Amino acid sequence: MTKFEYAPAPESTSIVDLKSEYGLFINGKFVAPKGGKTFVTINPANEKILAKVAYASNSDVDKAVIAATEAFKKTWSRTSPSERGKYLYRIARILQERAREFAVLETMDNGKPIRETRDIDIPLAAAHFFYHAGWADKLEFAGVGSNPKPHGVVGQIIPWNFPLLMLAWKVAPALATGNTVVLKPAETTPLTALLFAEVCQQAGLPAGVLNIVTGDGATGAYLVNHPGIQKIAFTGSTQVGKGIARAISGTSKALTLELGGKGANIIYDDAAIDEAVEGIISGIFFNQGHVCCAGSRLLVQESVLDEVTEKLKRRMSLIRVGDPLDKNTDLGAINSKAQLEKIHELANSGDSEGAQRWSPECELPGAGFWFKPTIFSGVAQSHRIAREEIFGPVLSILTFRTPQEAIEKANNTPFGLSAGIWTDKGSKILWTAQRLKAGVIWANTFNKFDPASPFGGYKESGWGREGGRHGLAAYVKVAK
Amino acid sequence: MLLNSVSVDELARDEESLKRFLRTLPPVDQVGVEGRAAMLSTRSIKNASKNFAIDLAIRMVDLTTLEGADTPGKVKALCNKAVRPDPTDSTVPHVGAVCVYNDMVSIARAHLDSIGGHDVPVAAVSTAFPSGRASQAVKIQDTKDALDAGAGEIDMVIDRGAFLSGRYGEVFDEIKLIKSLCGEKAHLKVIFETGELVTYDNVRKASFMAMLAGADFIKTSTGKVAPAATPPVVLVMLEAVRDFHIMTGRKVGVKPAGGIRTTKDAIKQLVLVNETAGEEWLSPNLFRIGASALLNDLLMQRMKMRDGRYSSSNYVTLD
Repeated sequence: MTKFEYAPAPESTSIVDLKSEYGLFINGKFVAPKGGKTFVTINPANEKILAKVAYASNSDVDKAVIAATEAFKKTWSRTSPSERGKYLYRIARILQERAREFAVLETMDNGKPIRETRDIDIPLAAAHFFYHAGWADKLEFAGVGSNPKPHGVVGQIIPWNFPLLMLAWKVAPALATGNTVVLKPAETTPLTALLFAEVCQQAGLPAGVLNIVTGDGATGAYLVNHPGIQKIAFTGSTQVGKGIARAISGTSKALTLELGGKGANIIYDDAAIDEAVEGIISGIFFNQGHVCCAGSRLLVQESVLDEVTEKLKRRMSLIRVGDPLDKNTDLGAINSKAQLEKIHELANSGDSEGAQRWSPECELPGAGFWFKPTIFSGVAQSHRIAREEIFGPVLSILTFRTPQEAIEKANNTPFGLSAGIWTDKGSKILWTAQRLKAGVIWANTFNKFDPASPFGGYKESGWGREGGRHGLAAYVKVAK
Repeated sequence: MLLNSVSVDELARDEESLKRFLRTLPPVDQVGVEGRAAMLSTRSIKNASKNFAIDLAIRMVDLTTLEGADTPGKVKALCNKAVRPDPTDSTVPHVGAVCVYNDMVSIARAHLDSIGGHDVPVAAVSTAFPSGRASQAVKIQDTKDALDAGAGEIDMVIDRGAFLSGRYGEVFDEIKLIKSLCGEKAHLKVIFETGELVTYDNVRKASFMAMLAGADFIKTSTGKVAPAATPPVVLVMLEAVRDFHIMTGRKVGVKPAGGIRTTKDAIKQLVLVNETAGEEWLSPNLFRIGASALLNDLLMQRMKMRDGRYSSSNYVTLD
């Protein structure tokens, strides 16, 4: 070795006990699907098949809803709140104990770097269970209204970008508030949810309280329309979210939606530039940009555009793209072929609409789904890459001249999930934050999450909040 | 923006223009810089890259003894260690320099020459190290003595009192003066004592000021004050040399000193260099580590990499 290169440092997969086939988790047991239909889940970093997973037919979903209904009536609603809390604490501790196993499996099934699953996804998932365990017997004091009662059976549909973490965001508050759950994980990333089912068995969670049905969009649609469900919680695309809202209108079902975003990351000229560049990087390249609250629109004050762009390019050339299991990898694989095609399609539209594309030199692995970290400069508000959610490692750079213009451009989007503000001036942070129409606003940081902090969007980014006391409110009924 | 030397001089024409320039530097966000340093400390350096890093770190060590109890015997022993860190293995490179108080310079120089260590420079701490609290006349004499005794490198301390009271011009002039004494004979390292400057903004200001004044290296600490060479402080200094190079075309080195005791610590520093200033700084010409205990840990890790097992501390020499 003549220069300092990092030798491969892959995390071992031996800790994961992959089964060749996974059933549905209904009424506390893994069961085969009716009709025996299955689908495969692959590792997007090498396209190798990881396991066969049961495809839930309509009658399987029926069984899961019946199990959840029975469990709600006979067990869970009769379990004291403090007992519910104990189960959640137990689950949280088991998640911590088995953290490495979950991190490795998540990385294999999703394609995201082990550094992120190890340091962010799994610890945060455990934190959500700890946080909500504490609320289970204190709901009366959560400020959600007097005498809060569970809805009953909730149907939850989660996305593929943070599979276990999104499960935790949904399952933890649902169980803490006394609901029972039928959960449908994303088609491309079902494995950590199925491992989580094992955790529930290990924790002795009563049968039927949590049921997991694996399948595709049709499975989800059937679940949404199921008459035995009292509340739906969905995280995913705006298009599907709108469909769900249409489908349940006129029913008494409660609904929360966490949908897309096109977050503006605003860099003022008096920002700490080096740290702002780090924030831009984590805003768009964290989790390959598969983040609904990604800072995918960079709004830079024109007077520092060159400095910021130069530093950003330099920093991007240090991003380590490759084997997600390598502990030094910064950017992993795109989750699926379909998603990769969508990213290509939108990036190509950036080229044809006249924006300038730039990516650092980097070698992409042969197999699997990969996309280089990419920025587009010279982007206008009218370009598709400034308006549509790309959900990939692609950043659109726009400029502004005055704070007022920054606000106007930032808010000029159908979405309203996240925004970032970078300035060393506290008063400017407050001025800007008051005017931004976004559910989450970060100041001098980006993509920071905590179970105590509510998360959710304005406009087409969703309905309701998840996390914190606001998130609890979505899972209870109160006397009006 | 690439400045030529004329406009560099212009930036520090007088105290007012120097202050104006230092005020134009972007602020450092404490949470952000500490987060970045923490993230880089998770890099996993294994196998061939670890072997490479260990040998590189050995070549970067400024092997140091700065005790009231230093004697000719102690200094000579240190010189032996500097030239042949591991007497059982001739493939171990010599260290970057030997760092001593100014009255030990001639002893160190003569001994190094007598054992074939011509390539190992002697660095002398100077300007009333470690506090810097003396008259300028004393500081000048201190430096001259070291240079006359054969020091190839001068590690001067800045006047933190002047810096903290905003008398940047005074600090700047003093660095410039000492640099002129060093001339072509010796490299100048400027010690900030970051544990006394406290804020990252101060570290960034001090870095640019010292570079404008002609420092060949900027150095974190004396080793007498904690905290010393913490990863975020070194990160801010590495950003400064990177940006100063882009600005002027001149490369300035960085020397963390104090608190770097283990191979793991040293490798974290190399990762910071690699992913901030870049590969060019991964050389003893542009990066040094001021340390004493570190060398033996590097040697023990080197043996472990070679033999596949740890040896007891009795297999590395004490000096």
